[in-house]
Amino acid sequence: MMLGRTGRNLFWLSRYIERAENVARLIEAGYRMALMNAQAGTSSEDLVSMMQALSVEALFFEKFEMADLRAVAQFMIFDEDNPSSIKSCLRHARTNARTERTALTTDMWESINGSWLEFIQMRPNQSSEKYLPDLLTWVKKASHQWRGALLGTVLRSEGFAYGQLGNFVERADNTARILDMKYYVLLPRATMVGGELDIQQWALILRATSAYRSYRHVYHDRFKAWNIADYLILRPEMPRSLIFCTRWVQETLDMLTSFHGGRSKAHEVADEMSAMLEGSDMDQIFRTGLHEFLTEFIGRNYALTEAIGESYGFY
Amino acid sequence: MHHLNVSSSEQGVPLPRDTEPFNEMLNADGSVREPYLVLSEWIGSQPLPALKTMTIEAENLFRRLGITFAVYGSSEATERLIPFDVIPRVISAAEWRRLSKGIEQRVRAINAFLYDIYHRQEIIRAGRIPAELILQNEAFCPQMMGHDPVRGIYSHIIGVDIVRVGPDDFYVLEDNLRTPSGVSYMLEDREAMMNLAPDLFRQLRVAPVETYPENLRRTLESVAPAGRERSPAIAVLTPGIHNSAYFEHSFLADQMGAQLCEGTDLIVDDGIVYMRTTQGPQRVDVIYRRIDDDYLDPLTFKPESLLGVPGLFDAYRAGNVTLVNAPGTGIADDKAVYTYVPQIIEFYLGERPILNNVPTYNCTKEDERAYVLEHLDELVVKEVHGSGGYGMMVGPAASKKMRKDFAERIKARPGNYIVQPTLALSTCPTFVKSGIAPRHVDLRPFVLVGDLIRITPGGLTRVALKSGSLVVNSSQGGGTKDTWVLED
Repeated sequence: MMLGRTGRNLFWLSRYIERAENVARLIEAGYRMALMNAQAGTSSEDLVSMMQALSVEALFFEKFEMADLRAVAQFMIFDEDNPSSIKSCLRHARTNARTERTALTTDMWESINGSWLEFIQMRPNQSSEKYLPDLLTWVKKASHQWRGALLGTVLRSEGFAYGQLGNFVERADNTARILDMKYYVLLPRATMVGGELDIQQWALILRATSAYRSYRHVYHDRFKAWNIADYLILRPEMPRSLIFCTRWVQETLDMLTSFHGGRSKAHEVADEMSAMLEGSDMDQIFRTGLHEFLTEFIGRNYALTEAIGESYGFY
Repeated sequence: MHHLNVSSSEQGVPLPRDTEPFNEMLNADGSVREPYLVLSEWIGSQPLPALKTMTIEAENLFRRLGITFAVYGSSEATERLIPFDVIPRVISAAEWRRLSKGIEQRVRAINAFLYDIYHRQEIIRAGRIPAELILQNEAFCPQMMGHDPVRGIYSHIIGVDIVRVGPDDFYVLEDNLRTPSGVSYMLEDREAMMNLAPDLFRQLRVAPVETYPENLRRTLESVAPAGRERSPAIAVLTPGIHNSAYFEHSFLADQMGAQLCEGTDLIVDDGIVYMRTTQGPQRVDVIYRRIDDDYLDPLTFKPESLLGVPGLFDAYRAGNVTLVNAPGTGIADDKAVYTYVPQIIEFYLGERPILNNVPTYNCTKEDERAYVLEHLDELVVKEVHGSGGYGMMVGPAASKKMRKDFAERIKARPGNYIVQPTLALSTCPTFVKSGIAPRHVDLRPFVLVGDLIRITPGGLTRVALKSGSLVVNSSQGGGTKDTWVLED
């Protein structure tokens, strides 16, 4: 027995923690690019496109004139006007956890509460960017700790399922957005050998999805645009790929049928997403248009969130 | 008349120094009182830095668990810890037997009184309590007239505030019959002490408190509406995450396996209360509500309430759900009605009260009013319907202007005030900045009334951390201590 409100809060609690982790990866990747390609005190295109991927760039330029690393880091980490900043994500996650304290194990609660208390006590010297790598590593660790506490201690009941759904819906959204922000560097071209700048852009995508090293393990090859798109969309062994996330969502929805005694509208939407991916290949996707494909996926993923809320009485 | 230097737990007062307060550990000659023999040795063997370390450990534990209370206003500072004192308070088995007998007697009589007030009102007919004191009281709930709650119980969960002024002198300050809080601190303080000083628990036989959540569940189950085939579905109704006691609400729900709900999580359909679950509406049988009467149901009480559940009161009156505590229990812990509790005990039980009431002057009587106006500098004045320290004056601490102001108010509306002597709360050894020093304490034992009356041994001890201060309220910097009832 679980309140619909609790289901919603667990779903979003997971989403926010996953988002905090993804934002940290994105800033980390953007940080490397900005160090190499932008002078201190100048605007960085990569940082702007990163904010575009998260749909917060308009808000950023309401507050700042120039997207240099210092301003973007401040905005993306500490600014609570930014709904996707790490601080906003952690605060939402922790508020949801506090509200649903009774649905969490002690280990889960202590993980999220402890991370929040540590985070708000951090007073990095923001006059330089030196604090960034350590802090971003800390954010990823906090997310890992949460996941560890969750997987290691929670009952495999309804609440677990809603958390998993939130986790994978959010992750798929992030991966799709990161791909979309750089889709043009992934398009097949007359020359299959990328230039220096392409290599850097590809590395940015891979780092932001935690795929930089594992790419080699899967492809044993130099960076190729085709492979990178394939890896993040269609490879079922890649835990941040769209197909991985979608399969996990389906599996979790199947688990929920044992509590709810049947398939729901959410199953239908997930099946449609699955149909976009299963049995498809990059050839087909490039023919449809990569950008069009990603836009459609993001739209369906949004519809999935709505359908989950409707099917399981979230309010 | 009594010449005592005591105070309510709500007072912020320097103590008048004409009598020494009762020290629970040390006799006047410096020898150690019997219940404290082991503890006093332990205290002597702890270097101050060790106590400091224990304090920090306990605070870290509380912060990690989220045992905080909300402070309205600023953002990061909105959650604060209640200071925890690492030196426990000890009560002997014999002392506790007497206390718990007195408490049980009191809650029995009060529930009988509530039943009577909402039925035939024999006590008014018998002329033992003035009709207008009940019928014109804001805490009287006319909607409850004629309703028969399960087992005839109105107040199931009670936290009686008790102060001690001598070896055998205990006074009840307030009965707290509505939605008393603090029980989570009692439980967590014990957890902390067991972590910090396991050696002491091996040397002393301390009565357990950890049975409280199970007993709470049993109590709630025992008052579920009759005729359910499954075990009753229990909900804890909270005003929400911003309420200062939210931690306690979620803690209790968790510990007894109940569903924590806000008003919006419940709906009433055709007189039946349901929770809105992921699998559709599920019926609720018992609601332990931590929302005040006025906010329970906008259709019956305050129409602007957003915290409550429309239709809840009708569902209750129809006997489809049990509300714990019942609406309207506040009439029995109103400050003016409080003064009648000794008569209430005698009227319904035919017994002499075991625990004292604080002697109270009735300003509507001319001779008592005259005495009060003469002695305002030694007395405490409380507004009859006030709580939380509002509308209150502590004579020894008040300015001349304030005393004059209250004298005028008493003359204008004598029925609106009660007046009591300032009592000298007992002291316990407490770890403070300067080392170990006696500090004033009170005690809130927790009582459950259902198929049985269950009183958890001990309760919550609140301690005023400032030297000489009688303010134990957490909102004013008071702390808590673990409370040990020794077993024979």
